[in-house]
Amino acid sequence: MKVPISWLKDFVDIDLPIEELVHRMTLAGLEVEQVRYVGLPLPEGKFEGHTSGHRQVETNITGLAWDPDKIVVGEVLEVMPHPNADRLVLCRLDDGQKEHIVLTGAPNLFPYKGEGPLDKPLKVAYAREGACIYDGHKPGLELMTLKRTKIRGVESNSMACSEKELGISDDHEGIIILDDDAPVGMPLVDYMGDAVFDIAITPNIARNANILGIAREVAALTGAELKEPSYDIAMDGPPIKGRVMLEIRNPDLNPRFVLGLIEGVKVAPSPYWIQRRLRLAGMRPINNIVDATNYAMLEIGEPLHAFDYDVLVKRAGGRPLTIFTRLAEPGERLTTLDEVDRVLDEFTVLVADKAGALSIAGVMGGAESEVNENTTNMLLEGAAWNFINIRRTIAAQKLSSDAAYRFERGVHPAMAERGVRRGLALVARLAGGIIAEGLVDEYPLPPVDPTIEITPNDVERLLGIRLEAEEMADILRRLAFVVEVDGQTLRATTPDHRLDIGQGVVGLADLVEEIARVYGFDRIPETQIADTIPPQYGNPLLEHEERVRDLLVGLGLQEVVTYRMTSPEREARILPPQAPPDDRPYIRLANPIASDRVVMRHSLLASVLEIVERNSRVRERISIFEIGPVYLVGENGGLPEEPLRLVIALSGPRAIPSWQGSDVEPMDFYDLKGLVDALFAGLQLRAVRHEPVEHPTFHPRKCARILLGEQQLGVLGEVHPKVVERYDLPGAPLVAADLDMAAILAIIPESHTVQSVPAFPPVLEDLAVVVDEDVPAGAVENVLWLAGEPLLVGVRLFDLYRGEQVGRGKKSLAYSLVYQASDRTLTDNEVVKIRAKVIKRLESELGAKLRD
Amino acid sequence: MLERLTELEDKALAELEQAAGQADLKAWKVKYLGRSAELATITAGLRDLSKEERPAVGRRANEVKNALEKAYEAHFESLRAETLDRSLREERLDVTLPGRSVSHGRVHPANQTLRQIYAIWAEMGFQIYLSREVESDEYNFTLLNMPEYHPARDMWDTFHTTEPGVLLRTHTSPGQIHVMRERAPEPIRVILPGMCYRYEQITARSEIQFNQVEGLAVGRHITFADLKGTLNAFARRMFGQEVRTRFRAAHFPFTEPSAEMDIECFICGGEGCQVCKRTGWLEILGCGMVHPIVLHNGGYDPQVFSGFAFGMGTERITMLKYGIEDIRYFWGNDLRFLEQF
Repeated sequence: MKVPISWLKDFVDIDLPIEELVHRMTLAGLEVEQVRYVGLPLPEGKFEGHTSGHRQVETNITGLAWDPDKIVVGEVLEVMPHPNADRLVLCRLDDGQKEHIVLTGAPNLFPYKGEGPLDKPLKVAYAREGACIYDGHKPGLELMTLKRTKIRGVESNSMACSEKELGISDDHEGIIILDDDAPVGMPLVDYMGDAVFDIAITPNIARNANILGIAREVAALTGAELKEPSYDIAMDGPPIKGRVMLEIRNPDLNPRFVLGLIEGVKVAPSPYWIQRRLRLAGMRPINNIVDATNYAMLEIGEPLHAFDYDVLVKRAGGRPLTIFTRLAEPGERLTTLDEVDRVLDEFTVLVADKAGALSIAGVMGGAESEVNENTTNMLLEGAAWNFINIRRTIAAQKLSSDAAYRFERGVHPAMAERGVRRGLALVARLAGGIIAEGLVDEYPLPPVDPTIEITPNDVERLLGIRLEAEEMADILRRLAFVVEVDGQTLRATTPDHRLDIGQGVVGLADLVEEIARVYGFDRIPETQIADTIPPQYGNPLLEHEERVRDLLVGLGLQEVVTYRMTSPEREARILPPQAPPDDRPYIRLANPIASDRVVMRHSLLASVLEIVERNSRVRERISIFEIGPVYLVGENGGLPEEPLRLVIALSGPRAIPSWQGSDVEPMDFYDLKGLVDALFAGLQLRAVRHEPVEHPTFHPRKCARILLGEQQLGVLGEVHPKVVERYDLPGAPLVAADLDMAAILAIIPESHTVQSVPAFPPVLEDLAVVVDEDVPAGAVENVLWLAGEPLLVGVRLFDLYRGEQVGRGKKSLAYSLVYQASDRTLTDNEVVKIRAKVIKRLESELGAKLRD
Repeated sequence: MLERLTELEDKALAELEQAAGQADLKAWKVKYLGRSAELATITAGLRDLSKEERPAVGRRANEVKNALEKAYEAHFESLRAETLDRSLREERLDVTLPGRSVSHGRVHPANQTLRQIYAIWAEMGFQIYLSREVESDEYNFTLLNMPEYHPARDMWDTFHTTEPGVLLRTHTSPGQIHVMRERAPEPIRVILPGMCYRYEQITARSEIQFNQVEGLAVGRHITFADLKGTLNAFARRMFGQEVRTRFRAAHFPFTEPSAEMDIECFICGGEGCQVCKRTGWLEILGCGMVHPIVLHNGGYDPQVFSGFAFGMGTERITMLKYGIEDIRYFWGNDLRFLEQF
């Protein structure tokens, strides 16, 4: 919402510096996003914020100050042809000090060319030599200083300015022609210097999407008096009653409808001050009658709609004119002002006559009954509409307008009559005409303006400050509430321009908010919560998750966090081309932002592999992990499960080549397995085991699943070569683990017991056995543990050998074993016995032979 | 025999003088003190000597052995000291050669910030409550005082799913309802972190997914002054004890009164710069007193209970802290970015 301060001053006196006002408004919830100075001097550097005494800028400041000595009101006395150029004219111009000859190409002076001295001189914005203005011929805003120059043989050192040159608007079609009352020689900044606030209007302050609303807030914040406009107007024409009937069919959608009539208007351009204010407020001037309705809307917030009365009379075909508001009929159509032929929905409310639809209520008028330059009699509508229905309508029609912007946020029905009265007064002022006596006003559903009881205790309970009842009443009265004070109780009745105050406990909170923000959040003290400390539950699952994160980081892995939106095609890359596709249903976006982010992912592995792919261009060695959810839809749809997964991916050499000769072999399955085992050991989940398994993403013979008891915790393996091919990778083996983080988090023990450090020396010995190639090492180790218990406490495979010495189809496994008793030093005899037992069981269970 | 021992001693000591290194020393030890050395043979042969000779030879053999051992120890020590001395004098490293590289793991910067925030709030008694990302319209909007078609819904650009009434949460606020319904009527102090989603173009300044940390305190005596005190305590911990804050009125449908907390721009010190859009202030979080309808929807009687809530986007905080210019770095996961944390 753009608010010129000159317009604001129509309704409230402002003594504060602009910067101070901006500060107070911003803190009170009227966020001033920008101040654009249009003539008035910009603040120098920084300024005081009123709470702190600390120098502080507050908002984005922009604009152009008009030098009072160099930019003044001038008057063009005569427009003469340029001796050497058809497209230029020379003006004889008085700047209050002397006459100048000024050169211009402004087309709006051409009609006066060669007419001799003008009967009614033209008032213009005159910039003297040395004035700093924007260059009208360059795109954007580029400052320039007026210098003495010659154009086509005529000397020129000053100019009559366009709006663009003065930073009022981007209009450079012609020079500004001021209203006749402009005093010649007056500094232009004194005549019409301005500053425009751009204020963010949040939904709760929709009532302030107008100049009067902002003025009311300013009055409340500064203590100045609000000067409400008068809604009394001279109605000297024949009564409207009897000439226009009105019928509201759906009062819940249209609680009020008001019509006024003005006859004999003369359409013309608006005076300059109206045009300037409209432009500063972001609207385009059209003509005096359209401008009058827009001006009234910007000023008090009630959108108005003007009909050409004669068109309606003609459509009525001699019968009395009746206006209906009703729902659209099935398939009904209307061509709106924007010349779009629209099919209307069954919930669209229309303003219509007997001949059919005239406008989409509260949103946009129809083309046929629109006012135009030939209009002489005008019917002016002000109404109230159900804001939710307006929102449905503009969403369905993909249509918006300044009117809809306000109606979709809610406009109080009381404003309908004020709007029509203000609009009629402005039309009469700008375009002449006589206002018909009376209004046609149907008001079937007046809203209840809530009356709320509130006490200082309520304020103290919610804000933590103690205010006197009278102080509270004063704040509310400044916001136009009607307040009765009875001892400690206030009864505050909501003013009839706002719809945001609720009933009961909601209304109470609403009033507390109003009191707080006018009183000033900065004046509320800081305290620490004195209330009871709640029961402490902690979040064990998250604590476990953070432990996993710490362990993996400690193991040298870099954490990544990826996008959770993907596409089925992107995820399909983790399967070889021939594998059966993932046919589980996805959480699918109705409004995706991009064609490759259309669903919520099924696979964290797919997300992480994309990151491997991306980094493989810049990094030889990649070791990363992610903990994150996947989104799995249940059988019956609805909200998905969001189980956490953990993915680890390794690619590239074990170490980066270095001057000392590093192990630069590619990382393989066993690197990954070592990390995974270290993770589980760190989580005190020591009983996990690995079993070979087939999984489409992985090499069929180089993949394991991890089990704890019978519970599967995930898979790890070398990624299938046909999957690797689907990524842009430099060909190094890629190993990855995809683990069920949710399952792991659930089984991590809260604590564990620790073994005593042995007081007696261990016995160490090596044992090498030869087994058939297809006996897994895990089986050998398993037998070692079972046969060696309880004295066997350590088993470490230190050599794996295949070759001539052990024969074809065989392998030799060499273990370093540790025997240990907690209560004594083991004797040689005891060790010999265990060893014999271990060897015997290896022989009988696995056909192992002791290797000499 | 005694002469032989003396001879042996002299010879051995003379040879020891010549031993120049560890290897010589070792050989000497084997030769004169070893199991098959002459001295050992003499000692072993004592029993063959006559009763008269035996004590004198035995004593003398022992003396020689002790003398040789002592001399050996002394020589060993001096040799060791000499070696050490030489190594200290002569050996040196090029300390500018690179060290052996270590694979260095790091937590993602987004999670580093979350952890920092968790820790601060934990100390103030706020526990962590997690809730789902794919949410119902009811929890994301309706129960938070935004009925269907409410204008406030426009404040969030929402990703909807093809399942009616199911969307990606636009904020962590639905967790407020979940936790209240779970805990009512107990008092509550929680933070609600997690990933949220907004339908926006991905640019250097805006992302479709971002972490938010919401906070909620509900009790019988919680005030706006408590909100200010608590959030200022947080800001001082997060941004430094000297940080200045301000609270300005704002609008959120689920709080009333609502405020934005700004901190003084720590990049320009409040003078106005690009980062703070020349306002001198940085918007850090939204906050307010829990709206009575939200309390009611959570199962708390708003006439008896009150509460405050706040929410902040944490990637933005990370960006401000580290001067990160492009929010896309977070989920882009370029290791050249991640390895800087």
